[in-house]
Amino acid sequence: MNSAQTIDLPEAAPLLAPVVLQIQDLRVHFETAGGPVKAVDGVSFQLRERQKLGLVGESGSGKSTVALALMRLIRPPGRIVSGRIDLEGNNLLDLTEERMRRVRLARISLVTQGAMNSLNPVLRVRDQVRDGLKDHDERFSVQEFKVRLDHLLDRVGLSRRVASMFPHELSGGMKQRVCIAIAISLRPKVIIADEPTSALDVLFQRQIMETLRSVQDELGAASILIGHDMGLMAQAVDTVGVMYAGKLVEVGAVRDVFAEPLHPYTQALIGSLPSLERKAQMLPIAGSPPSLLNRPAAAPFAPRCPVALARCALEDPPLREIRPNHWVACHLY
Amino acid sequence: MSSLIEAREVTKRFGGGLLQANASVALDGFSLAIEASPASITAVVGESGSGKTTLGRLLLGLTAPSEGQVLYRGKDTRALSTRERRQFHRDVQAIFQDPYEVFNPFYKVDHVLEVPAIKFGLAPSRKAARKLIEQALSEVGLRPEETLGRHPHQLSGGQRQRIMVARALLMRPKLIVADEPVSMVDASLRATILEMLRRLNQEYGISLVYITHDLTTAYQISQNVIVLYRGSVAEAGDVEKVVKEPAHPYTQLLIGSIPLPDPDRPWQPLMTRAESAEPHGAGCKFAPRCPFADVTDPRCRQVEPPFFKPEPRRVVSCYRLRSSPTVPHQDLTKVLSEPGDLTDSTLGLNPSAAAG
Repeated sequence: MNSAQTIDLPEAAPLLAPVVLQIQDLRVHFETAGGPVKAVDGVSFQLRERQKLGLVGESGSGKSTVALALMRLIRPPGRIVSGRIDLEGNNLLDLTEERMRRVRLARISLVTQGAMNSLNPVLRVRDQVRDGLKDHDERFSVQEFKVRLDHLLDRVGLSRRVASMFPHELSGGMKQRVCIAIAISLRPKVIIADEPTSALDVLFQRQIMETLRSVQDELGAASILIGHDMGLMAQAVDTVGVMYAGKLVEVGAVRDVFAEPLHPYTQALIGSLPSLERKAQMLPIAGSPPSLLNRPAAAPFAPRCPVALARCALEDPPLREIRPNHWVACHLY
Repeated sequence: MSSLIEAREVTKRFGGGLLQANASVALDGFSLAIEASPASITAVVGESGSGKTTLGRLLLGLTAPSEGQVLYRGKDTRALSTRERRQFHRDVQAIFQDPYEVFNPFYKVDHVLEVPAIKFGLAPSRKAARKLIEQALSEVGLRPEETLGRHPHQLSGGQRQRIMVARALLMRPKLIVADEPVSMVDASLRATILEMLRRLNQEYGISLVYITHDLTTAYQISQNVIVLYRGSVAEAGDVEKVVKEPAHPYTQLLIGSIPLPDPDRPWQPLMTRAESAEPHGAGCKFAPRCPFADVTDPRCRQVEPPFFKPEPRRVVSCYRLRSSPTVPHQDLTKVLSEPGDLTDSTLGLNPSAAAG
């Protein structure tokens, strides 16, 4: 049973670094009148300390649903149907809601695209940070809190004056930094960033990504960056997982994946990127992603795949290690 | 002959009340003319707050300038007769960022296509209109039978955006102003829509003003690029030159921040100062963030730099190019229509922050 097998993500993070997060055969379904929509359909991977994983895919590929499942924030009609999410040895899916609430932010935290709009408009930055800490029963004197807050603001590259400002006084990039400051305020082991910069300009995008990288290195945490931009992945992560129709179809070190993308979908994703070096036709990926309802046993990308085999219509290929530490779910290999 | 559309020393201010003490300037003394032919693609690039969307709205006649004029075929858009106005709205079409907001959710998508077809008398009968609509949908890669008769929420974002392209096509305009048409869609769809815009330009001779924050797609589809910073032109010219050899520190910063899809070519260190929440004073608007302000010229903090023209078909609003001749702001169009220098000139400013 390959889908239940856990893939050890390769690269950069020293292979001896301890595993902090292990996901096995995660399945998330959304109940609809027509039957279950399998948004996440058997995803497994593990993450070591300091590792930077990128999950990339089109909208509807299930990448954001993975993020929400890891935080246990899937709302009805969605439901985690099966799987394990082991964070530092505890299966998050076994925790009570109250225990899970304490794990969020403290052990695993999430920064989303809309995060900057989730700040409370009538609270100063200082009070928003304090609320998060208090919620987790952190006790501190006024003086201790000030030291802590200053340190957090320094780390995300904000002036200490920002502490007494309201969200509307800040630019989008600055608000996103406040969100990162809150996300790391309890020193989590895993930081998930779901399209944290897609509403921002390239300049802010870069600054936010560099801020995330530096806070992650300082905390020794692992991170998961979710997005659809392969260019950003090349710059920001060390390991990349390509998702298609609720499954991982390719996983490998970012250098390996860019040097030799194995899955036709990964090849198409890279081929659709506009270049800054020469004017060339950008190659769109023909067709659209399959319905996740009543999915046939077939390679999900087959209808759009330029090199599909007869077998692809009959059998869904499992994720297999084709090169050392380079995994792909494709009948071509 | 007068240009199809021309912004003549246009300034747009928002807010500020009677004395305009607190008014924010979205666009500051901007001049540009777009000709109906030859069909061109001009990219307008900038971050949020650069004035790029305001410029688009001015060209579309959706907002009036605070100072200066927007002219349609030589006539102020505020003084057009009913007939001229109708012609203006047919000649100049818009494609916006969010392909959901432009649809009325209560109507079927047919509505956005039928209304212009009938209102502008594109077809003599309903049946003929239907035929035109189906043809336009096919041209953007949509199957009419799967698209017509549906409500907007039943279609994907990409389908909705393609309907807007089909609508623009149906009108056979002279100019399309496309404001961030691909910033909300996936990479693959982005390629599809940009290729369509390019085809509209090449096959149907439609000029395009492509407004974006993404220099990479601007590079791919345009001939000229105008980089806006806080309502002023920082740099403008042949897109090939501007991207390969950016001269304004802001353009250099923008290009240096683009994530290249190559793990072996990481971002180079940025040359900038931290973003500050302080308003800028007199002088160059970019000075508070500029690594070269003060060391370049004392005027950086005193007088807004004029356009310096270091080579044909390029202007740069930066004192680092002060040895080059200056040109008035009104001459932007003239400079952009120059043949351009095909030799590899070196401005001697290309920093490590630039790509490549």
